[in-house]
Formats: sequence, structure tokens, C-alpha cells
Amino acid sequence: MTFDEIQGYAVLSTVVVPLIAVVTLLFVPGQYKQAVRWISAITGAVVFGVSVYLFVAFQTEYSEPYQMVLRWPWIENVSFLGENGVSLYLGVDGISALMGLLTGIVAFAGTLAAWKLEYRNKDFFILYWLLLSGVYGTFFSLDLFFFFFFYELAVVPLYILIGVWGSTRKEYGAMKLTMMLVGGSVLMWIGIFAVVQEANLGTFSLPALWEAGQDGTFSPGFQKTFFPFFAIGCGVLAALWPFHTWSPDGHMSAPTSVSMVHAGVLMKLGAFGIIRLGIQILPEGAEFWMPTMMVLGTIGAVYGATAALTQRDLKLISGYSSVSHMGYVLMGLATLSTIGVTGAVLQMFSHGVMTALVFLLIGALYDQAHTRDIRDFGGIARVMPLWVIAYVIAGFANVGLPGLSGFTAEFHIFVGTFQTYPIFGGFAIFAAALAAAYMIRIFAIVYWGPLNPRWKDLKDVTPLEIIAGSLLLGSIVLMGIWWSLFTDRLEPAVLSLPGVTG
Amino acid sequence: MRDYTLFIPEYIAAGGAVAVIAVELIWPRVRKDILAYATAIIALAWGVAALFWIGKDPLSFQGLVQVDDFTTFFRVLGAGIVFVTALLSAQFIGERSKVAGEYFGLLLIAGCGMAMMAAARELLTAYLSLEVLSFSLYILVGFYKRDKRSSEASLKYILLGAFASATLLYGISLIYGITGSTYYDGIADGLASRASGTDAATLVALMLVLAGVGFKVSAMPFHMWAPDAYQGASMPITAFLSTLSKAAGFALILRLFTGAFLDDAEEWRWAVASLAAITMVGGNLIAIQQTDLKRLIAYSSIGQVGYMLIVIAAIGWGDELAGQAASSALLLHIVGYVASTLALFAAAIAYFNRTGKDSLEGMRGMAETQPFLALVITASLFSFAGLPLFAGFATKLFMFQASTAGGDLLWLIGVAVASSFISLFYYLRIMRWIWLFDPVAGMTRFRVPPMLWSVTAVLMLAVVFIGAYPAPVFEAADEAVKPLFQLGADIAGP
Repeated sequence: MTFDEIQGYAVLSTVVVPLIAVVTLLFVPGQYKQAVRWISAITGAVVFGVSVYLFVAFQTEYSEPYQMVLRWPWIENVSFLGENGVSLYLGVDGISALMGLLTGIVAFAGTLAAWKLEYRNKDFFILYWLLLSGVYGTFFSLDLFFFFFFYELAVVPLYILIGVWGSTRKEYGAMKLTMMLVGGSVLMWIGIFAVVQEANLGTFSLPALWEAGQDGTFSPGFQKTFFPFFAIGCGVLAALWPFHTWSPDGHMSAPTSVSMVHAGVLMKLGAFGIIRLGIQILPEGAEFWMPTMMVLGTIGAVYGATAALTQRDLKLISGYSSVSHMGYVLMGLATLSTIGVTGAVLQMFSHGVMTALVFLLIGALYDQAHTRDIRDFGGIARVMPLWVIAYVIAGFANVGLPGLSGFTAEFHIFVGTFQTYPIFGGFAIFAAALAAAYMIRIFAIVYWGPLNPRWKDLKDVTPLEIIAGSLLLGSIVLMGIWWSLFTDRLEPAVLSLPGVTG
Repeated sequence: MRDYTLFIPEYIAAGGAVAVIAVELIWPRVRKDILAYATAIIALAWGVAALFWIGKDPLSFQGLVQVDDFTTFFRVLGAGIVFVTALLSAQFIGERSKVAGEYFGLLLIAGCGMAMMAAARELLTAYLSLEVLSFSLYILVGFYKRDKRSSEASLKYILLGAFASATLLYGISLIYGITGSTYYDGIADGLASRASGTDAATLVALMLVLAGVGFKVSAMPFHMWAPDAYQGASMPITAFLSTLSKAAGFALILRLFTGAFLDDAEEWRWAVASLAAITMVGGNLIAIQQTDLKRLIAYSSIGQVGYMLIVIAAIGWGDELAGQAASSALLLHIVGYVASTLALFAAAIAYFNRTGKDSLEGMRGMAETQPFLALVITASLFSFAGLPLFAGFATKLFMFQASTAGGDLLWLIGVAVASSFISLFYYLRIMRWIWLFDPVAGMTRFRVPPMLWSVTAVLMLAVVFIGAYPAPVFEAADEAVKPLFQLGADIAGP
């Protein structure tokens, strides 16, 4: 067994370990809540460790575009499927290595955040790990069948997770979120059928389809027709304006750790899907549609920030700020330039850890205060100093303060945008200014000022939340100061994307 | 050639049916669950006997019936359905009925009908097999004759069924008039060399046949009987109806349309495509309004029939290779659909046996009181909706992919995916009752009897297995459809 194969099994383990946790938890009686927590914590630690390993061991100079490859034939030579029809085909490039790292961090932190959950926590963690298995699978799949399999798997548990453990209009939020996300999948299904049929290779292997996308198998007309199916289908999950409306409602209703995973990781699946299915399979279609995507992304960025300014629920503010930040991601992708796309991927990571931290903190507050309305608060800094410090750092990362991850990412995106679509670069800067406004509004109303006596008994963050929070804070700072750790890994992957220049 | 050994599996099943009835006649106080287990064992023997024909050259009984891998596939599937239904009925019937011999006997007879529908290569044989199945189902649906709803369902089913049979027979007679043959091969030859003035008659004949078989698989607008029959029948029979009769219907359709009508695809394919579109959109839309589980499943299964009809349309559009690919994917989908439906009903029956509730509202809080059953129901519903890890995702994806017919049918597949999206809405509403609400006061956890528990668990595993690793079933299905497209000259006629 070569070293590369062993690494391939490490990639596989990110999918399999959560599934093992699911099966194990099925057999743990529901009343052993502590056992359930420990099993989840161990699972979280293992996948976190593997994700870090995959990111660190990723070689920046490698002969093939994908490393740590594992390929098992799954179904072949049946019906319309030919050689290698469907294979369990996993591999890592710079983009997925970074996304895997993000998933590991957020998943572990989310496990710790859900530690205090008492109500049916076995069921909760079963669904939680099912979701994360799907997330990992999507990031590492190099086979369209399994890509979509895992993509959908990540959506399946959300209805029950939000509906049972959520808050504030949870039934509505859960139904809206699930229906909109699956509605996006409908478009993806159609796109997949069309692409596989048109390529007529009898295989779902993504590298084969990517090749078909570049050697003229897909005519320009075909590419232009079907690119929107992938872009909108995945775009729903990436909160592409005007298909973002599930996001604030869904985030508001979801329980803490689901919000963390959902805003932190799941929304990135959408942007990742646009890269993998849109840009890589249909490069000419991407080139044709990207100006539109730029417009929509910009509207999303400005609209999300504006809406966040007017909201009073802390989670809604974060939900809309997510729409705004995912707008940046889409803008970065739409530049189709090296620096812009790199910025988009960096922003996916940056927004992931930052928003997970914010939702973790909001959860810590809500569990005690049972309200998230910012008008109810005031002077919280006096009773929850650590909480406020963490929130302020997350907020500054949100705004894009130098030295924090948001700056690294947004700098790339803004430069890329100014190079390709200067006017939209101006809008992007405007949205960042709005971000500063809504963050400072929270600071002013919630943290400073006289302490509302109703909150004098609030406790600061618990040790577990400190561990989870420092993990996320550490990633924010790390990306803010050590850019090359991330950009070196992304560079070869971004350069190899078809149609990406400059 | 008259080779009577070809029917050994059916001798076992039919003989077993007679034996089950006889045992109860001789010894009326026999425990009903023993009859159920005996039926299950007979079904098992029937299925195992069928396996001896795997991979052999197709054998024909005077050109009327052909035993090949396709027949074997449906024999085994039918035996499996009877096996599971018998086990699911054990407690259900035992608690509610003093006489059960006919019930179990008819399950086996209906299974024989299905096997012969898959095997028939002659229209009258196919028709007779269809009626054997239908009559068994008429009686099974009305088995509780003192229950008004059951009798009403049965009566409605019989009347509409008779009408459909008449339609089918009229179509058959027209076809005989045009081609001079009732053998599938003969019809294909006859249609190829038909007189120029008979085009209109051919079209009418094809449409009548399509309407007749469309009724049997409850395609819209010929679906009117299904919701009432499903609701009126006892729960195991609802499961039986929605699996066996649909699988059998599609076995017959596949054999008939590939064997006899393939060269005239242009005449009927548009009709099948529109039938598919109406069926899946209509079925899924009406299902949204249902509050009774069985009625809801009736409409949802109508929607499923719509998806399956796409394959028949694709056979009409594509060449033989594409047709074969689509048919094997259809067989895979049928297996996944059967497993999911049976799993759903196994869990629902276990719940009903204890609580007597089969409305959606009655499932309130099931996740608390009976987490295992809640899990199984959730899994089967997600499987219907085509979400991954469960059978429906893989089987639907392959079936639709195989049916694109060179892109001609992409619009129909778009409709299918969209209606599958609609279906998710009402499946989620069931899940809302199960997961989101607290149970009514006084409901506590209870133990499911071991037999029912294991059947349910095995079916659930099957749903997950087909969803995660469909290769074995897919390969079997691929072998099974080969005889459909390789026939013609090499099998001797009458």
C-alpha cells in the first residue's frame, strides 16, 4: 500500500467516521445522555484531527491536480453505465482541503456547543453526524453520483433538526428551508441528467466530465443553457440573491450548533458546487453567465448588509450578514480571475469560522436570556466580558479589519473585482462599510451603555464554549496573519480551473 | 413445445394456496398466525424454485408463456412480496378474523397471476393472468365484508375493473382484427405488414390497450379506484396492492410494448409520455390534501407510477440499447419502490396493531413513543421523495438518467423531478406529525412483537442497502431485461 493510498483512506475516514458514529448512537439507549455526548465529542475530535492532517499534509507541489486519491468501483457495465460508471472516487485539491479543515473546526466546535442539550440528544447527534458525513463527502467526491448523493445527504436531516430542536417559528423556518434547498436540487438533478446524457461517456466520473467540458463535447449553446441550472441550483444553498430568503428564517429557527454548521459549512457547499459543477464542467457557460452572477452577488452583498442594519433579532442580523458575505463569495467567483476566485474560497473559510463563532455566542446568550432582541439588552459587557471580547473580534473579522481573516479574504475579492468590474468593486466597499455600521450598532446597543438590571445574573461563557470559541477565534486570527498558509494551497487548484485567468 | 415443468414454481404456490385453504376447512380452529407462517414458507419455496431457471436459455410453452430471466426476476419479486405480506398479516389477521384461509390462499394465487403476467407472450394469456390477479385483489380488498368501507371499496374496484377489462379486451380484439394474431411476435409482424387503411384502427387499439393496462397500474386519469380501494382495504392488503399489482402491471407492459408494439413506437409514445406527465403531477398534487395515511400513499403511489411510465415512453423514443438500459433501471426502481413501500407499511401496521390509528394525526409524537417505527417511516418516505442513503435516490437517479432518450425526454424528466419535489412537501408534513409534536397524553412506549420488528428492520436495511449499494440488484435487473430486447426469430412460435 502506497502512502498516497493510506492518505486516501484518511479522506475516506472523514465520511465514514461520522457514519460509524451514527450507527453507534442508534444502539445507545436514549437515557444515557452523557455517553451520547462523549461519543459525539470523540467523533468530533477525530474528524477535526483528520481534517487538520489533510490540510497540513496537502502538498503544494504535486504532479496531479488531485492528491490522496481513493477509487473503488461501485457500479459498472450495467445498463447505460460503462467502465467506471459510478465509483467511490475521493480526492483532495487545495479548495477541498481548506473546506475540509473548515468542516472539521466547525463540526468539533458545534459538538461542544451542543453539549448542554438535554432534550432527545441522541436523535440530535444522529442527525448531526449524518449531515456532516454528507458535507465531507461532497467536498471530497470526484464522482458526480456521490457528489450529489452527499450533497443531498447534507440537506436531508435539516428539517427534523430545525423542526424539533429549533426556536422562533421553527416549523415555518424548517419547511421553508428544506423546500427551497430541495428546490435548488431539482435544478441540479436536471443539470446532471443533461450533462451526463450529453457527454454520453457512460460514467459519472467528474474528471471525465470536466475534460468533456473543455474538449468541445458540450457545445457552447448547451453550456450556456445548462450553466444556470447548476448556478441557481447550488446558488440557493449559497444564498444567491434572490434565492436567499430561506437563510434568515432558517438561521433564526435553527438550534445553535445547527446554525453553526449550516451557516458555517453548509452554505459553502453551494459555492463549492458552483465551482465544481458550474465552472469546471461548463466553463464556457460560466464565462457567459458570470456578469449576471456578478450583478446578483453584488445585490446580495449590499442587500444583506442593508437588511442586517434594520433587524433587531441577533440571529436575523447574522443571517442577513451571511447573505451579504456569501454575496462576496459569488462576486469573487464571478470575476473568474485568479485573485478573485482565491478570495472567494478564502471568504468561504473566513465567513465559515466567523459566523460559526457568532452563532455559538448568540446561542450562549439565548440559553440564559431566552431573547435575542437587541433592544432588550444593554451593558452586557459588564457581566459577560469574555463573551463580548469574542463577539467583538468576530465582528471586526466580519467588517474586514486587517489582521483578521475577513480582511485577507475581502482584500483578494476587492482587488479581483476592481480588476474586472471596477464599478462593482465600489459597491463591494460600500457593503463593507454597511457591515461596519450594523456591527457597531450591535456593539452600541447590546454591549455598552448602562447595564439593564434584568441581566445582572447572566453568566459568562462556559469552559466548553471557551474551547470551541478559541478554536474558531484561532482560525480567524491565523488566516488574518499567515496568508500564505492558505493561498499557497489554493493557488494550484485555482490556476487549474478552466477559464480562470489573470 | 409443451413443457409442463416450466410451471413448477407456480404449482408450488397454487398447490400451497389450496393446501392452506384446505387446512382451515378441515381444522377450522387452527391458529391464524400459523397459516400466515405456512404461507410465508410456501412463498419462500416458490421463490427458491424459481431460481433454478436463472441464466438458462429462454424456454417457451407453445409461444404462450416464456420462462426467461425476466420471468424469474418477477417470480422472485412476487414471492418476496407475498412472503412479506403474509408475515405482516400474521398478527393483523389473527386478531381480527375467524376465517383466514382464503385470505392467505388468495395472496399466493395473486402472486401466480403476477408471475404469469410477466411470462405471457400472448395477449389472451396475459389477459387471463391479469384477471387472476385482479379477481384475487377484488376479494382481498373486500375481505371484511361486514365493514362498509371495505365492501364499498371492493365494489368500486370490481365495477371499474370490469370496465377496464372490457376496454382492454376491445383493444385486444381490434389488434387481432388488424394483425390476425394474438401472439406478441405475430402482432409485431402483423403490424409491420398491415394494410394501409388500418392506421386509425391501430391507433384506437393501442390507446384502448394502454387505457386498460393504465387502469391496472392506476395511471391518471384511470386512477379513480385506487384511493378508495387503498383506504377500504386492510393495511397489509394496501401494501400488497401498492406493490404487487404495480410491479405486475409493469411486467406486463414491458413485455407487451417491447415484444409487440416496439416498431410502432411513434403511434403510442406521445400518449405514454402525456400519461406519465399527468399521472405524476396529478397524483402528487392531490396527495397534498390527504389526511389519511392509506389514501395519501395511494396518491403518492400514483405519482410513482408516473415516474415509471417515463421509462415506457423512453423505450418508445430510444433505440434498443437505450430501451434496454431504461428497462433495467425501471426494474431496479421497482425493487426499491417495493422495499420502501413494504417497509413503510410494516412500520405502520406495527403501529396500527397497537394503537388502532392510521390517520396522519394519529401518528402524532411517534418519534417519542416508538422511535424505531418513526425511523423506518421516515426512511421510507425519504426514499419515496428520492433523498439519498435510501433506495429512492439511487433508483430514481438511474431511472431518469437512463430515460433521457438522447435528450428528447429531458422535459418529461424535468416534470418528474419537479413533481418529486412536490411530493417532498407532503412527506415532510407526515414527518411533522411524527417528529415535531408531543404525543397525546397517555401514550407510552410499547414493544413491537419480535417477528414484526425483525421484518421491519430487514426491510429498512434493504431500503438502505439498495440506496447505498445498488449494484447487485441493478446487475440482476440488467440480466433480466436482456431477453426482452433479444427476441424475435430464435423462439419458435405456436
